[in-house]
Order: sequence, then C-alpha cells, then structure tokens
Amino acid sequence: MTDYLTPFLEATVRTATPLALASLGESISERAGVINVGLEGVIISGCLGAVVGARSGSVLAGMAAGAVAGMAAALIFAVFVVWLRADQIITGTALTIGALGLTATLYRALFGTSGVALSTPTMGPLAIPVLSTIPVLGPALFRQPPVTYFLYLMVGVVWWFLYRTHAGLALRAVGENPEAAQAAGIDAVRTQGAAVLAAGALGGLAGASLVLAQVGTFTERMSAGRGFIAIAIVALGRWRPLGVALAALLFGAASALQFLFQSTGTQLPYQLFLALPYVLTLIVLAGGTAHARAPAALGRRDLESS
Amino acid sequence: MSPRGPARLPAFAGPVPLAILLTAGIVGVVAVVIAASGFDVAPAFAALVRGAVGSPYAIMSATLVRATPLILAGLAVAIAFQGGILNIGAEGQILAGAALGTTVTLLWGRTLGGGAVILALLVAAAGGAAWAAIPAWLRRRFGVLEVISTIMMNFIALYGVGYLVRGPLQEPTRIYPQSPTIPAATQLPMLVPGTRLHVGFGIAVLAALIAWVAIRSHAAGFRLRVVGASPSAAASAGQVDVPAAITRAFLVSGALAGLAGGIEVTGVTYALYENISPGYGYTAIAVALLAGLHPGLVIISGICIGALEAGAAAMQREAGVPLVVVNVVEALIILAIVGARAAIARRERTTVEAGT
Amino acid sequence: MTFALELRDVSKRFGSVEALARASLRVRPGTVHALLGENGAGKTTLMRIAYGAMRPDAGTVFLDGIAANLRSSADAIARGLGMVHQHFALVPAMTVAENVALGMRGRYDAGAAAARVRALGQATGLVLDPGARVETLPVGAQQRVEIVKALARDARVLILDEPTSVLPPGEAEELLRWVRRFRDQGRCVVLITHKLREALGIADDVTVLRRGATILTGPADTLDEPALVAALLGGDEREGPTSSESSATLPPAISPAAILPRGPLPAGNPVATLRHVSITDARGRRALHDASLDVHQGEIVGLAAVEGSGQHELLRLLAGRLTPTAGDVTLPESIAFIPEDRHRDALVLGMTLLENVALRGLGARRGRMPWGELRDSTESLLARFHVRATGPGALARELSGGNQQKLVLGRELSSHPAMVVAENPTRGLDIRAIASVQAQLRAARDAGSAVVLHSSDLDEVLALADRVLVLHDGRVQVVDTPTRERVGRAMLGATIGISSGAAPADVPTAG
Repeated sequence: MTDYLTPFLEATVRTATPLALASLGESISERAGVINVGLEGVIISGCLGAVVGARSGSVLAGMAAGAVAGMAAALIFAVFVVWLRADQIITGTALTIGALGLTATLYRALFGTSGVALSTPTMGPLAIPVLSTIPVLGPALFRQPPVTYFLYLMVGVVWWFLYRTHAGLALRAVGENPEAAQAAGIDAVRTQGAAVLAAGALGGLAGASLVLAQVGTFTERMSAGRGFIAIAIVALGRWRPLGVALAALLFGAASALQFLFQSTGTQLPYQLFLALPYVLTLIVLAGGTAHARAPAALGRRDLESS
Repeated sequence: MSPRGPARLPAFAGPVPLAILLTAGIVGVVAVVIAASGFDVAPAFAALVRGAVGSPYAIMSATLVRATPLILAGLAVAIAFQGGILNIGAEGQILAGAALGTTVTLLWGRTLGGGAVILALLVAAAGGAAWAAIPAWLRRRFGVLEVISTIMMNFIALYGVGYLVRGPLQEPTRIYPQSPTIPAATQLPMLVPGTRLHVGFGIAVLAALIAWVAIRSHAAGFRLRVVGASPSAAASAGQVDVPAAITRAFLVSGALAGLAGGIEVTGVTYALYENISPGYGYTAIAVALLAGLHPGLVIISGICIGALEAGAAAMQREAGVPLVVVNVVEALIILAIVGARAAIARRERTTVEAGT
Repeated sequence: MTFALELRDVSKRFGSVEALARASLRVRPGTVHALLGENGAGKTTLMRIAYGAMRPDAGTVFLDGIAANLRSSADAIARGLGMVHQHFALVPAMTVAENVALGMRGRYDAGAAAARVRALGQATGLVLDPGARVETLPVGAQQRVEIVKALARDARVLILDEPTSVLPPGEAEELLRWVRRFRDQGRCVVLITHKLREALGIADDVTVLRRGATILTGPADTLDEPALVAALLGGDEREGPTSSESSATLPPAISPAAILPRGPLPAGNPVATLRHVSITDARGRRALHDASLDVHQGEIVGLAAVEGSGQHELLRLLAGRLTPTAGDVTLPESIAFIPEDRHRDALVLGMTLLENVALRGLGARRGRMPWGELRDSTESLLARFHVRATGPGALARELSGGNQQKLVLGRELSSHPAMVVAENPTRGLDIRAIASVQAQLRAARDAGSAVVLHSSDLDEVLALADRVLVLHDGRVQVVDTPTRERVGRAMLGATIGISSGAAPADVPTAG
C-alpha cells in the first residue's frame, strides 16, 4: 500500500492545486457578498488565455495570460453584478454557459477547426531541497510544480489580508452588512468589484495551472465542473482560507482515488467516491453554526436595505 | 432576484408580438456571434435555418423534439424563480427522473406493457421531486442556500448516473456505459407518424398551459407569486405558511424537471446515458428568463431555444461552425435580459429613493 | 462667525419630489443643535448630505467655514463628522472592536483595536466590552458602539438621528446627559428629533424644517412649544384640512400636554382572552412570560413598552400570527393586523393595489381567485378610505407612505373585524396621515371592534387608549391611573399601582 500512498498523495495535491486556487479566489468574493456561479467560465477563460500566452514558449507568460483572461471574464460579471446590481446567480450561470461556448469557438477560430491538439510548454515539478525528502508527505507537498508553491503563499496572503488588515475587515463587513460598511465610509461597490476581480485572477490562474501544470493542451470544456466544485469547497472550508485549502485537498483526494483505483485495478465504483465530497459538503452546510455560516449578505442584490 | 408577477408582462405585451420581437433579436445576436467568430454568416445562417425550420421534418423531428425537455425544465425554473427559489438544480432533477424512469421501464416494462410508461413518467416526476426535496429540506430546516445545495445535488446525480450505467443498470455486454434499450412497449408513441415527434411534446405543452392557468387564476399560483415577491408580507398580511409554500413549489419544480428526464428516456434516447442531458437544466434558465418567467410563454421560448439548438447542429455539420456558438447566444440573451432589468430597477431606485 | 458645520441653500430632488428646497443649517461650535421637522420634512436627507452619503443638487456644505466638497461618507469622516443613524449601521456578526475599526486603513491588530475601545470607554464614559459580538448586545449598548465608532475617528461634529426613540426613558436621559458633557468639551452635536420637549430641554439652538425648507432657526431659550408647533405645521396647513380628513385632529405627539386619565373600563364582552401565555423563541429567550389579559368589544387597549419587552410577540400572538409555547389563547374569527413595517409585512410593493388587497386571507384561500369581485371591492375601498391612487392597477410602490397605510387600514378594517391589532400604525407618516389613522382606529372602536394599539410614542398610547397595559420583560401589567410618569416607570419595571392584565374574576372561568 505504501507504494501507492506517496503517488496518491502527490496526485491529491496536484489535482487540488487548481481547485484550491479557484476556491481561494471565490472565498474572497463570497466574503464580500458576491457568489460567482460563473467561476467555471472564469476558469475556462484562464485555460484558453494560458494556451494563447504560452505560444511565446514561456510558461510564465502563459500563467500571466491565464490570470488576465480570468480577470477579463470576471470583469464582465462585475459590470453586471456589482455595478448594475443584476442577479448574481443568473449572471453567473450566463457567464459559465457563454464562456464555455466562446472559448471553444475562439479556440477553433484561432487554431483551426480541425481541433488538432495544440501542446503547450508545461512546468514540471520542482523539488524543494530538504523538505521534499520528508518521508511520505515530503514529495507530496514539496515535489510539485511551482504554481503549487504559489498557492501555499496565497493561502497565507489571503489569510493575512482578511484578518490582519483594515481592508480585509472592510471586505468582510461588506459581505455581512453593506449598509454598515458604507456608513463607516467604505465604498461597497469598489470593494466588491475588487474582490470579484481578484477572484477572477485566481480563477484564471487555476485554469492556467490546469493547462500548464497538468494537461499541456486546451480541450473544450476542460474545466470540467471545477468552478462548481470550488463553490462547494468554499462552503466546506467555511469561507476561511485554511479551511478552503484543506477542503480542496479533500476534493483532490476524491479525484486522485480514481487514479489509484485504476492503477491498482480496484473494481470499486469510483463515481461514488467522487460524489462523496459533495455529500459531505451538504452535511457540513446543514450543521453550520454561527461560525460556519455563509456571509449574511451573500447573494444579495441591493446595497441598501429595502 | 425578485421575480415580478407574470400577469403584467404578457397582459400588455401580448405573446405573439413579443415572440416576433424575441425571434428577431435572437436572429441578430446569432449573426453577430457567427461573424465575430470568423465564419461566413450567409451559409452558416442558411444551414441554421434549414436545420431548425427548413422543412416540416426539421421542425417536428429536430426543433420540437429538442424543445420538449427545454419547455419542461424551463417551466421548472420559472415556477421556482416565481417563488423566489433559486433552483439551479434542474439538471440533477432531470437526471434523477431519467434514472428512475429507466429503472421502472426495465423492471416492469415487459409485464405492464403500455401501463409501464405512464408509471415510468410518474416515477420520473417523483424522482425529480425527491431530488429537489433534499435542498428544499436543507433550506427549510437549516437555512442552507439552495444555490449551493442544488449545485451539489447536480454533481451527486451526475456521478450517480455514471455509477448506474457502469453498474446495476449497465447493458448486458458490459462494454458501453449505458443502460439496455427499454422495451418497445414502454417507448412513448409518436405524436405525428413518420417523424420523431413523440407525445412528450404534448405533455410539456399541456403542463405549461396548466401552470399558466394556475399562476394566473388560482389561489395557489397567486400564493407562489406573493411568496416570491415578499415572503414577509405573505406570512404577515396573507397568513400564508411560507416555508410550506416554498417547499411545495420546490417539489413541483423538481417534478417537472424529473418528468423532462423521464420523457427524454422514453421518447428520445430509449436508454439511460451519462450525458443524457447536455445541460438542459442550465439552458432552462435562459428559457425561463426569455419567457419572463411566464409559464405560457415558456412554450414559445422553449421552441425558440430548441430551434436554435437544432439549427446549430445543422450549422456545425454543414458550415463547420461549432455547435457551442449557441451557448454564447444563450448567454448573451440571459445577460441582455438581466442587464436590462437591472438597469430599469436602478432607475426606479434612484427616483423612488425620496425618503425623509 | 465661523460655524462648525454649515449647510447653505441646499436643494435636493428625487424624481418629482423636492426633498430639500434651499435648506440651511448653522451649527455654532460647542453647541447642541436640535433639528426638528415632521417625517418627510427633509431632516434625514439634509444630514445625509452633511455626512457625504448623498450629494446635493445645489448648495454648499461648509466645515469650520471652509467649503467642503464631500464625495463620500469617508470624506466627511476624515473632516471630523460622525453620524449615528436611527437604524444602526453595525455588523451584527462582528465584535465591538471590529465594528469600531471599520473604515480605517492599514494593518488591523485585534489587540490594539480592543485597547482603543477600552481607552475610549475610559475617556468618554461609554464603556463597552470590545470582544462582545454586536448581535448579542442590547439596543442601548449598540447605540454606544455607534457613538464610540464616530469618536474613534475623532468626530468633532456628531449627528444623532432620533437617538432617544429606541431607548427606554432612563437610558434616554443618560444619553442626553452624555450629550451635554460632550458639548461641554467644546464639540458639537446635531440632534435630529421630533420631540419638542427634548429639543427645548437640551439644545442651545433649534432649526425647524418644513417641506424641505428652513422655517425657523434660533437659540432655544428664545423659543417655546407653541412657536415650534406653529413652525412645524405652518399656519396655512392648519386651517384648511381637505374634506377627506375633516375629522383629523392634531396628533398627541405634537401636543403632549393634554393627557387625561381614562374613564372606567368599558362594559363590552371580551373578544380575546389570554391565560398564562408564554412564548419562548428559537434561541431560548423568553419573549412573553405567563401573560393573562382580556380585550373587550369597543375599547382601545394601549400597550406601552420599551423596545424588546415582548410587545412584538404579544401583538403577533393577538393577531393570530404566532402560536404560544404555553398557555390558552382565545381569539375572534376576524382580526385586522397593522404591522409597524408596512413595506416589509403589510404590502408587496411591486404588486398592484388589487393584488395587495387580495393578500388578506390568502393563506386559507382555495381554488380560483375571484379577481372580478376583488377588483370591485378594491375600487370601493380606495374610495371609502380616500386612498389617492390611479386605480386598482397601480403599484403599491407608487403610493405615498400615507396612502399606503390608508390602503392597509382599508384592507384590514373594511370587513369589520372583531379585533384590530395595530403596531406603531402612525410611524413615518406625516401629520395629516397620522390624524387620519388615529381617527380610523377610534372609528373602529366606536363601531364595536376591540382595538389593541402599541406605539413606541408613549404620548400616542396615552391619548388613544381607554385602558393602558404595560409590558416589561415579557410580563403584562395594568396601570390603573395611567399618567405619563406612572406608565413610564412601569415600562422600566417599577412595581407601582399595577395589577395583572385580566380582571381577577375572569381568571377561573378561562378556557
């Protein structure tokens, strides 16, 4: 079994990386009171952006382009939801449907209708000296592509921002009670807009890491529901950065189990294991206490109480 | 969102002029999207129109067959939204209905014959309602946002069907991830002989008309609208049992989506597949919004989007324009509607703001 | 002279409504300035402009004599303005320290924030537990959080919007004492109020707004109640009430001097009976404790209580909107309910007047909606209750506050209910609408209905009630000789001259 454990854990962290990036971003947005069901569309935009950006041969340019593409998709969402105050859920659904269609269309328009797989440069694992030699966990955590290390950093940065800066306090206040935040001189529209765009950048990076650290090419609908999974992860992680990171690992593990089963020839129905984290999320949501509840103004349209 | 009552929009706009307007709008958007994607508009458009409405066969076997699940799922979404329920779980409810409907026909199709199909559709509706019952209960009992829980339920349904078609319901050769073909006696009869238009279309239209009458002139329908517009006023001024009304609407919504899944199996695919629904549950949101959440107009908007999807298939075959272009069009339609509504609401807010 | 805060010729228009028409306000340094005006006179709009939360169409805001172009509340805060809204602007899920730190910049240090709250508490006497979640605090403490929030940003001019209306009398006096001390430190307070007595008692200067314009301004010691009443109402408006409201009398809120003890108990039969009723809410808080009372035909029972004493629950219990956890309740068949928040609980603003009228009894309705009949009854209701609207097809949102309330009263009263339960029915209305609503309640009483009225304005309760009940901490008491002083003390829990809500002889036969 130990022969399988380390690869399994490695695969867990690898599959969890884009999920964690996207859900970390989504948690920022939700903490500001905006739920972006269009995250799936943001991620797929990041995928396409990464492919275009990486045409230069630079993985870093690909990552940057992915983040920019994610922000562009999030900008559309922000214009409708934050500025026009349109319904978040419906706008998000439209963004997902539209971005899935548009990226596929653009891909064919840019790279030909034949649908020939275009391969991009990828970033390989970068072993961190000493740390990666820790038995079992070392390789899983510290022999990963650099984007995973960026994720580790971001978990800390987001935590620091939310709980150790006044701007983070303001953001959380906007998500709980926008009237109160505005009365204290906080610009709720700008705060929500910035949160959505930051979430877009991280969602775009998630898509880029999918292309540049895992698949190495673009395929239609390659985001494969990760945007929705991220929304589950945020709820399971109780809207806190570290909780979100751990929840992402759990969902990553469920996916990695599939590879494990396939490589060991286990006949267990892996679909049931894939469904498990969702069931768990529902249970956690149902058991939500005051500390685990969603931001009070999540999904609300109006900034003034009606 | 706060869905407005349906009485106003159609009463003054009238279904027919509205439909013409919508069709014109959609045609324009399609042309722009095709051109912007770098394809020749004229041949692509010709293929689209041929595929959608080019012949009686195209209308009946492609457009209306495609419209059937969209009408039912659109109805499911419209009813939920009217009641202020953000059910984006129609997709999962469709799958639950399809899975249960398939199971019934496979188990009892040979013994019950034609009766089995009626039973299958009833069970499919019950399955969809049961799938909706979980988020409904989570909302009522624990205050869990249905947006999040219905997304979870969609995935659980997707993986559940994935398991069924590779496990208990897999076809006997155990090669393909799909169920065996359902017995001929349990396949829905055709509405128009010689086409693929099955009676499911009639059921969908009938369901929409019943919902229209109920929302317009029955206490239960009015209750639903009031609960959606202002739960607090419904409870206080109307003494309505709001949680019960919401639960009921959620179940009806799920039942309609489940019925869509059952009809898809017994009328179109004759077997259960993992991807039996190419996102009908999400497209249904466009259908419902396009109809202004009006149950009667859902028939028209369902046919419009059905035609679009049927035509897009032909467009891909004949002009090489990817099928997914229609998704872009659907998204633009939704954004145009919510954007226009939000802009109007914004103007109303700034003029009404005359407080103290 | 340099004013700490000056608003000069400020105008503001919302669509067709002119909220402010060249209104002015001058606040001298080191003074308490009372801003008086009826609801809708423009007080809050003017102060929101001063606070940067709204921009004027015309006019200028000066701070310390310098024209200030305030683009946001943040600008106003930075220039030493603080505002405590009538509805508190706090984040319930956050702690006191976090709420006080809201809107600041840079690093947030929870320890330093808590220390600042403690230090401010020591310096100002507004003591608070920095780690307490705001949602767990009583109203008075939440108000202190609001004030501390403003002081933490070095507010030199503090705007308080109806601060005493949410407080029990004792705490209100305490707050006003604090305001004086704050003023004595050389700072300014703008006190928005509709209580003349309060204004004359504490303010150095008084400004009266009417219909968006400054009608009167001057030192408080040169003014008296009659002068303020005249300014508030305007001479022209007092002489010619429209025919629809000819029965209108001046509401007691404006002339609180005329409070008379009520006559003997009315002889009507009890229509509603409560025996040993308790209500415990979801959080385990006991809202109502062993309450017994009778409400009789043809009487107005006034219910006096400070915020959060259980009146919200008692009224809903009497209205049949809430079931008790324990005890026996007998209610009549038809009950009219006029909840205090009509936008939330009485009307669907986005629906038509017809649909809003159809709302009554909707929960029990089965089968088809009789839209034709409902349209006829809506039309006659609009005429009978003088609701100014284009017709049954108008949206409730399009009506003025007074007309909305008339629609609610019409809907609830037109079926001659056995009992009427009214909660702050005149809140937020202008003087004419107040008089009309009060006349409707009296008319319902005279027609034989039992009326239960709660108003947070004690003077209104005393003026309308035939019998006064006081609710304190979930317990019902009768005040035998309801003077303002005795009722006020009972509201705070003092036990003088009170008995249980039901006549003792009634209790054994309860069933």
